[in-house]
Amino acid sequence: MATVVTDGAVEEKGGLEFHPMDQFEVLPFFGDGGVAWYTITNAAVWMALAVVAVFALLVLGTSKRSIVPTRMQSVAELAYGFIHKMVEDICGKEGLKYFPYIMTLFMFIVTANFLGLIPASFTPTSHFAVTVVLALAVFLTVTILGFVKNGTAFLGLFWVASAPLALRPILAIIELISYFVRPVSHSIRLAGNVMAGHAVIKVFAGFAAIAVISPLSVVAITAIYGLEILVSFIQAYVFTILTCVYLKDALHPSH
Amino acid sequence: MEGDLAHIGAGLAAIGSGVAAIGVGQVAGNFLSGALRNPSAATGQTATLFIGIAFAEALGIFAFLVALLLMFAV
Repeated sequence: MATVVTDGAVEEKGGLEFHPMDQFEVLPFFGDGGVAWYTITNAAVWMALAVVAVFALLVLGTSKRSIVPTRMQSVAELAYGFIHKMVEDICGKEGLKYFPYIMTLFMFIVTANFLGLIPASFTPTSHFAVTVVLALAVFLTVTILGFVKNGTAFLGLFWVASAPLALRPILAIIELISYFVRPVSHSIRLAGNVMAGHAVIKVFAGFAAIAVISPLSVVAITAIYGLEILVSFIQAYVFTILTCVYLKDALHPSH
Repeated sequence: MEGDLAHIGAGLAAIGSGVAAIGVGQVAGNFLSGALRNPSAATGQTATLFIGIAFAEALGIFAFLVALLLMFAV
């Protein structure tokens, strides 16, 4: 933080005893001490939990393969069908080869988001460090795939053939900039939305200490919590769908 | 006090988030008015709707990024 709220200032405001951004602090999960690269932090633990939860849902849920699915199996089948249809609709049949990667991305992000909504938990997707890695992986995959599949024809993505010739160099620069901005917006959209939502919940939780507005504050927390459940899903969906769009650009750069 | 101007700048950058909200509302509103005219065609276009919303939102996110940089990096 750029500014440190002193205890005196907190008293005057009426009892905001914690800072809304405190919840995003990366701390060692076991014991105290510094954070080194090998330290098991709360971020690492909740990411591992997300992976375990995805494994439990998809592998254990579908292990029985019953004709009449149990609740767990039908959720797993719904998720599979949802992403499968999305990849097929946007990337076409040849995009289905990359379906496992996109399914992995979606399931990890949506599970990490939902686990982060449990009170007193930690949301790994609220950290730029996590989402930037996810977005850079997509960016590198798509760029390398584009050159491997199309060779130099992939550069046709930047050379808009349908535009007038005089405009094409200018458009090429704009397209080039927008191409390299992709990982930035891709990652910050996810982390920004998740972080802002969690911070807003904590801000309203701080208002709950003031007696006059505490009923209003509790109602507001409930409403925003409901909104956050929606946002968690929609942001995972948007991340996945943009991955599909970028993949489509790599497979068919001509348009 | 130090850092005051940076805070004012961060507040000004938050205007960008509000403008992005107008853009997102524009996309969603136009989708809805189109969808009510031809509901049968609407379900096939939800992916386009979300892509449009994501692109409109991206610029608001850049404003948010500027605010973050002013708050924590300046």
